[in-house]
Amino acid sequence: MHLGLIDWAIMALYFAFVLGIGYVLRNSVRTSSDFFLSGRSIPAWVAGLAFISANLGAQEVMGMAASGAKYGIMTSHFYWIGAIPAMLFLAVFMMPFYYGSRARSVPEYLKMRFDEKTRGLNAITFAIMTVFSSGISMYAMGLLLNLLLGWSFDFSVWVCALIVLAYITLGGLTSAIYNEVLQFFMIVFGFLPLVLLGLHDVGGWAGLKHGLEQVATSHGYAAGAWSESWAHMGSTSANPMGVEWFGMAMGLGFVLSFGYWCTDFLIVQRAMAAESMSAARRAPVIASFPKMLFPFLVILPGMIAIVLHQAGGGFSLPAKADGSLNYDMTVPLMLQHYFPQGLLGVGITALMASFMAGMAGNVTAFNTVFTCDIYQAYIKRDAPDAHYLWVGRLATVGGIAASVAAAYLASRFNNIMDMLQLVFAFVNAPLFATFLLGMFWKRTTGHGAFFGLIIGTLAAAAHHGLTLPAGAIPGIKGGWIAITQHYPSEMAQNFWTAIWAWSASFVATILISLATKARPEAELKGLVYSLTERTSDGEKRWWMRPASLALVALGLTLMLNLVFR
Amino acid sequence: MRLDIRLPLGALFALIGALLVVQGLFGGGATVQTAGINIDLWWGVAMAAFGGLMLALARRS
Repeated sequence: MHLGLIDWAIMALYFAFVLGIGYVLRNSVRTSSDFFLSGRSIPAWVAGLAFISANLGAQEVMGMAASGAKYGIMTSHFYWIGAIPAMLFLAVFMMPFYYGSRARSVPEYLKMRFDEKTRGLNAITFAIMTVFSSGISMYAMGLLLNLLLGWSFDFSVWVCALIVLAYITLGGLTSAIYNEVLQFFMIVFGFLPLVLLGLHDVGGWAGLKHGLEQVATSHGYAAGAWSESWAHMGSTSANPMGVEWFGMAMGLGFVLSFGYWCTDFLIVQRAMAAESMSAARRAPVIASFPKMLFPFLVILPGMIAIVLHQAGGGFSLPAKADGSLNYDMTVPLMLQHYFPQGLLGVGITALMASFMAGMAGNVTAFNTVFTCDIYQAYIKRDAPDAHYLWVGRLATVGGIAASVAAAYLASRFNNIMDMLQLVFAFVNAPLFATFLLGMFWKRTTGHGAFFGLIIGTLAAAAHHGLTLPAGAIPGIKGGWIAITQHYPSEMAQNFWTAIWAWSASFVATILISLATKARPEAELKGLVYSLTERTSDGEKRWWMRPASLALVALGLTLMLNLVFR
Repeated sequence: MRLDIRLPLGALFALIGALLVVQGLFGGGATVQTAGINIDLWWGVAMAAFGGLMLALARRS
């Protein structure tokens, strides 16, 4: 890829601003609350954009385009089913407990609602997973920059680590949030021209549809398989993703998506930093509006790419060693195909910004969980606030060092990415059952929560060990206990693993809670739905009320599903 | 008083937009791949406008 002086200038300008923001914010970090939670003073719109950005790493941008090429508009399910409902549920029903309890983190809420061991389990698993996630972001970035710009892997990893270290240590969560807002707009301005130019090139939506029909029929599916998101989900063989609507709706739409959006501290932390309860509840709803439009920004380029590839001519996706197409190269190749120097700098900087912001998000979540839920809980309980602020900064250094180690580990052992995906699924699905029962059923006990989580995770592992996707070898893909079931695709297997994990956790938590002593209701005020008074914030304007705003978002999402069915 | 995010946001996009406009006007006009549209110029204007809007909103409050 040929970058000109202007591209380097844009990149340098961006990173100067990133570091500059951290520097300017250093004086507003005076307490540990400032460092870990921005002093709970972030306006709703900023928290909302940070909320969506924290989730929008470069791997998602590139991965969604790759999926768009490989599966077509069905990929939009990851947004319209797999994100929006969960985000709205979090905003309306769960934020009152997260924010109202004054918990500083998700594990801390678990401590308040349940007990120490539940908090400890969640804190430790989350801390480990988030460090690995961060490392994998760095690894993926190192590989991509090596491929596109010729930078050495070491250089990319260390420069990224140092930049993130600088701005997080100086400005804490506020610095991370502000940079996430910058990243959001860079992605929008970096990818929108790609969509506009690409659509113009293939003849608008009609031309795209026509091209996708060629793609679908050439792969042996019905003509609309790439351009209709619901019409071909009656059976697993009717669509390239190999899933049917029930597995998708329950596995992705319910368990996996709620398990991620409602319990992952990296995301929830951004809403917890909001300036008021109303702002905290509105932030995820505000985030849902750009989120529902993102398919047009990140999935469309993939769909355009596959049409161009099919049509022959100047653009084609390379093949991998086994003959299948290397869909992961979709975004870099599209950028190269359409962007002159100048815009190319914007596009590449947007990708780099996303990798880095993804890593920074993991680091802020890690330093908070480590300091509040591991250090303060188990190592040093009653120290003055300034001590924890200092520990938080140290934890930032430690977290980044561990991330760099994880990045190198990932470069050694290719399977680490797959393993992390698995672990997330094993842990998040049961966790959602725990939260659901914890927030809405006052009878749930600490023993129920803790053992329910463990049983759910084991159930996930068991399901994974007993099933195998078509065409895979037993091992990391499954079937390592015995093969009792074949799934048509890895995605289908994932969805059903999640369904089993959630169900096992749900049932186990209920049974064990009923068999163990309940906590006195007085202790659970403000932590459970039935024991918390519903306050009205007196807002007359409908767009300032989380529930009404959420209804609008839900309605729009439903419409999008209908239009593109 | 803490930094208003719209200030660095606006400044960054105004500057990037300006750079793109300069590239679009004097950069040799690489419009072949974009079907004759001088995308650097137009998108630079769009980004600069967005930057200006953010700065104006920050000033107002």
